[in-house]
Amino acid sequence: MINIISKRKIFLTFSGLLVAISLIGLIAFGLQRGIDFTGGTLWQIQFEETSVTQEALSDFVTSELSLSYSKISQDDSGAFFLKLGEITEADHQSYSQGIRSEFGNFNELRFESIGATIGKELSQKAIWAFIINLIAIALYVAYAFREVSYPVSSWKYAVITIVTLFHDAIIPIGVFTFLGYFMGVEIDTNFIVAILVVVGFSVHDTIVVFDRIRENIKVKNLNKLGFPELVNQSVNETFARSINTSLTLVVVLVALYVLGASSLGYFILAILIGTITGTYSSIFLASPLLVAWQGGRK
Amino acid sequence: MFSKKLALLLSVFVITIVSVFFVTPDYLGDKFRPWRLGLDLVGGSHLVYEVDMSQVESIDRDGVLSGLRDVIERRVNLFGVSEPQIYTAKSDDSYRLVVELAGIKDVGQAINQIGETPFLVFAEIKTVQVNQQAQFQLDNGEVLNQDVPIESEQYVPTDLNGGHVKVARLSFNQVTGAPEITLGFNTEGAGLFEEITARNVGKKVAIFLDGEIISDPVVNEAISGGTALISGQFTLEDAKTLVERFNAGALPAPITLISQQTVGATLGESSLRTTLIAGLIGTLLVMVFMIMYYKKLGIFASVALLIYIVLLLAVFKLFGITMTLAGIAGIILTIGMAVDANILIFERTNEELSSGGSVLNSIQAGFSRAWPSIRDSNITTIITSLILYTFTSSFVKGFALSLLFGILVSMFTAITVTKSFLEVFIKEKSK
Repeated sequence: MINIISKRKIFLTFSGLLVAISLIGLIAFGLQRGIDFTGGTLWQIQFEETSVTQEALSDFVTSELSLSYSKISQDDSGAFFLKLGEITEADHQSYSQGIRSEFGNFNELRFESIGATIGKELSQKAIWAFIINLIAIALYVAYAFREVSYPVSSWKYAVITIVTLFHDAIIPIGVFTFLGYFMGVEIDTNFIVAILVVVGFSVHDTIVVFDRIRENIKVKNLNKLGFPELVNQSVNETFARSINTSLTLVVVLVALYVLGASSLGYFILAILIGTITGTYSSIFLASPLLVAWQGGRK
Repeated sequence: MFSKKLALLLSVFVITIVSVFFVTPDYLGDKFRPWRLGLDLVGGSHLVYEVDMSQVESIDRDGVLSGLRDVIERRVNLFGVSEPQIYTAKSDDSYRLVVELAGIKDVGQAINQIGETPFLVFAEIKTVQVNQQAQFQLDNGEVLNQDVPIESEQYVPTDLNGGHVKVARLSFNQVTGAPEITLGFNTEGAGLFEEITARNVGKKVAIFLDGEIISDPVVNEAISGGTALISGQFTLEDAKTLVERFNAGALPAPITLISQQTVGATLGESSLRTTLIAGLIGTLLVMVFMIMYYKKLGIFASVALLIYIVLLLAVFKLFGITMTLAGIAGIILTIGMAVDANILIFERTNEELSSGGSVLNSIQAGFSRAWPSIRDSNITTIITSLILYTFTSSFVKGFALSLLFGILVSMFTAITVTKSFLEVFIKEKSK
């Protein structure tokens, strides 16, 4: 049996460090918000003529079309990404014509132009979804553990579930602040969904461990074992399950990340990071916190 | 003897086999109900229009919005898009129309046809007070600018607009041979037209199309019967197009395109292919893991997983839910999650076995003792998916639905089906 609870200070410090780094990233760099939130245009085109270079295209776009772009990049398949401000459909068609007459025909893979008002609404909706989700889950956990009041009252399970959930959400967010700052990775609506999914998994995992504690409080001799030891046994009993469930999910996510559609890449990556932190926190954070809060009393 | 469990298993197998035929693309099931693929998979456009309701009374706005929806639907049908999705969305004070065109080749043309819409309104001359700036020269030579109210005659829009046009016909002036358009109004429009002409006898009534006067005849007498003749300076081509558009219906309120998302068919196809391959490999890896770790129990879980995938796909197809890239990603994600219940149960079973229980009792205990965890953890995921579905946009809805249905179906396959498997097969073996 691994003694997780007695080494809880190490794990709590480690988690605290990760959260601190993530918060620093969030405050210092912030998240790079994509056109979903800010409004603007994303244009992905692939030329039939493969000799078109990024320099030539960006020169042409700025000098001939007098169009200010914020980013032009080229991916492995040779397709170009242009990120522009908000443009109208008429502009879109005249730019297409301009580019076609200069560089030859191209295949339009994707064209997204999103108004700033829509972006603002999306951000608001996402924040609401997040808050409502938190409240609903906290209420459910408090309800599910209502019969367990000794030695830890049921609302404490709910509070720790929420703390764990914040931990699991803030770490992928932190990773993306760094990705955004150093690699220009932008977050979109999918990212918010990924975080909400991570939140769901996090609770899912934490509940399984807490459920075991709840069951053990009923069937085992609490007074003889002491609360810390009982929690430690419960965590160990659910250890294999936590790791295995996480593994099956990680396997599927890695397959999706490596082989799946490239447009889903960062969405999957965010869930992947969240799944790993979620598994870690259900074992090494939630239960140690429960014991720490109880002060290790018998 | 036919036990209950065996009967259940047999029916699950029959349903699964039927489902396999049902969900296979381009096969028997497609005759009954074909797969619906989202824009991001077949290519297409997602257009969001903002409706300008400033000229519409607030109580009429909902009616105008649904009227707009119908008109645009007819207009979109004109250029032959398969199953266009058009829906309205209201957020705070703004009214939106969302148009989804799947598998369309020339999006620009479609946008032009939807956007360049004849916004027709009849206007009458009214005397209104307007302020006009006037200059006064004062005795001391100072020049004073001041607004003075004067009466001015101008066109004021009436309630009669393109929304009241029931039918339009192309005709030719019997004298000049110039093209003319005859508009037939609906009952409400006919009444309005009669009122307007009655109170404007001897005066001009103007017809505005997209903010410009196309015709302003003098009314000779009140016109009943609900038809109006417009004889503007049309070319034959213009007149024909206008008639077509009026027949599709004129917009009761102006609209502007505020957001466009277009995915090319090539990108959509490759996204679908790569994601399906990823799903297939992910599934295989999960099955390999389950069999390696849980041995014989893992085989049952793997079969249950296959049944899960087939049943889930059948549910999606049966309900006619549009499959989007996000939805498929969601389904693949739930494949990783679906075995969670099995893992919980098997871990408990193994615990019971190692504490000396008999095989059958251990399996029974594994199921019953894992149940509270499965229930509680799945309910939280159900909560998350319901919130995602309610509070977000169409992209996310597909994903949320996958999660929701995934959890419900997986509870059935991972618990009920697996349990029947174990009870039927393990029992017979121990005899």
